Amino acid sequence: MISIDGVSRSFGPVQALKDIRLEVADGEFLTLIGRSGCGKSTLLRLIGGLDRPTGGRVLVDGEEVRKPRRDVAVNFQKPALLPWRSVLENVMLPVEIFKWDRAKSREHAQYLLETTGLTGFAKRLPHELSGGMQQRVALCRTLIQRPKVMLMDEPFSALDALTREELSLELQRIHMETGTTIVFVTHSIQEAVLLADRVAVLSARPGRVKQVVDIKIPRPRSFGHNAHLEEVAKASAELHQLLLSDHMPDVAA
Amino acid sequence: MTDNTAGTPLSRAWANAALPALGAIIVIGLWWGLTAALDVDPFYVPSPPDVVQSFLRTPEFLLTETWTTLQRVLIGFGIAVVLGLVIAVVLAASRTVERMTMPMLAALNAVPKVALAPLLLVWMGFGDSPKIVMVVLVSFFPIIVSTMAGLSSTPSDLRELARSLSASWWQTFVKVRLKWALPQVFVGLKVATPLAIIGAVIGEVVNPDHGLGSVIVGSGASSDTPQAFAALVLLAIVGVVLFYLMAAIERIAVPWARAIS
Repeated sequence: MISIDGVSRSFGPVQALKDIRLEVADGEFLTLIGRSGCGKSTLLRLIGGLDRPTGGRVLVDGEEVRKPRRDVAVNFQKPALLPWRSVLENVMLPVEIFKWDRAKSREHAQYLLETTGLTGFAKRLPHELSGGMQQRVALCRTLIQRPKVMLMDEPFSALDALTREELSLELQRIHMETGTTIVFVTHSIQEAVLLADRVAVLSARPGRVKQVVDIKIPRPRSFGHNAHLEEVAKASAELHQLLLSDHMPDVAA
Repeated sequence: MTDNTAGTPLSRAWANAALPALGAIIVIGLWWGLTAALDVDPFYVPSPPDVVQSFLRTPEFLLTETWTTLQRVLIGFGIAVVLGLVIAVVLAASRTVERMTMPMLAALNAVPKVALAPLLLVWMGFGDSPKIVMVVLVSFFPIIVSTMAGLSSTPSDLRELARSLSASWWQTFVKVRLKWALPQVFVGLKVATPLAIIGAVIGEVVNPDHGLGSVIVGSGASSDTPQAFAALVLLAIVGVVLFYLMAAIERIAVPWARAIS
């Protein structure tokens, strides 16, 4: 579904990404993990067409990405809700911009709000909701596009630990139900292990793919309290090792 | 932002209505007390009862003149709002146009408007139009500046969202940027409201025919200081009413603005 073909991105003299090669299969959940400043958000923006590579190319569904596509939806760190629009109106924003049939999509929106636990909040304004609920609204706004690919840039990082876990599980459910291809940027090993089919570990300056780790734990997964503890521990330890070993020289410098 | 942190709706209503009234009573009391204590000649500074008496001598005349001024203010302000918003939108849409015209607009705004009044008299003669034009000239600039500031303050996450949805320039403008700018627009409107009244009075003082500005000029000529004060008080009341009216419209139009600022 996504093919990242020798992609580089420089900002002036700073090389943020160097020769990235990654394939993401249809329906796969790929997590990009790395320390701050390793270029993982930049890579996500390149896939989303919000930025252009200085070298190489990104293909989505066999087509080179030159600008944002409507079947590729982006979730940001901030929920980016319009403060004057109700929850339902915020979810309907893509429908309006795409000029889709509103009546039909309204049902879809209602359904999405129901399944994400936002029933009864449709008419509320964003500032009346908690941070976690705001991200749920942003998630619904993404899902109403019926995207082939979801790009998520640390969407839960500003939330408290418990809400984060809830939303990660929610995302896992959505992924299992819709089979959408998801690229998810995070710096949380726990999130990566819970969600990903594969985890691409990026190293910093220039950002490159250090290693791709397969997470072969059956779904649905959960945090800590049932089976497969051993595999979870093993995958976490491996990722931990890879991330920790990364920045050693920089620290000394 | 809100200072009404203390408790019940009743005490809030009390604070909203009674405190401003109390403030006004204290100021009027001081004014009265000082004129009485220092035995000031009403020719220089009339006391509050002198002013009220002056009003009651010719209430119909003063109210008619107030209405004349108010009409000029409202028409001129309406034109200024439309003109200001249109110009701001055009300038925000094109950096080229903005760079070409902004210095000239700033220069126009820097010209003392009183200096233009005699020219308006030459161009337009007497009557309403030179006064209305003066209202527009004095009040449209803050509307432009604040609207432009609002239009260029769209947060980056909302701009990125619009881009990621492949929204057109127009869609982004109408659905995101313009809405986001509204609270700023109201800042400009609230600055422009009293300016509009000042503009009308400048027009009427320089080129007197009707309106409260003309009344003040006439009172000066006939040494009727209490009547001049009565006209000033009426102007002040018009100003306060229009300002709070604008604030009320703001609360209705952008109820979300207070919550996120």
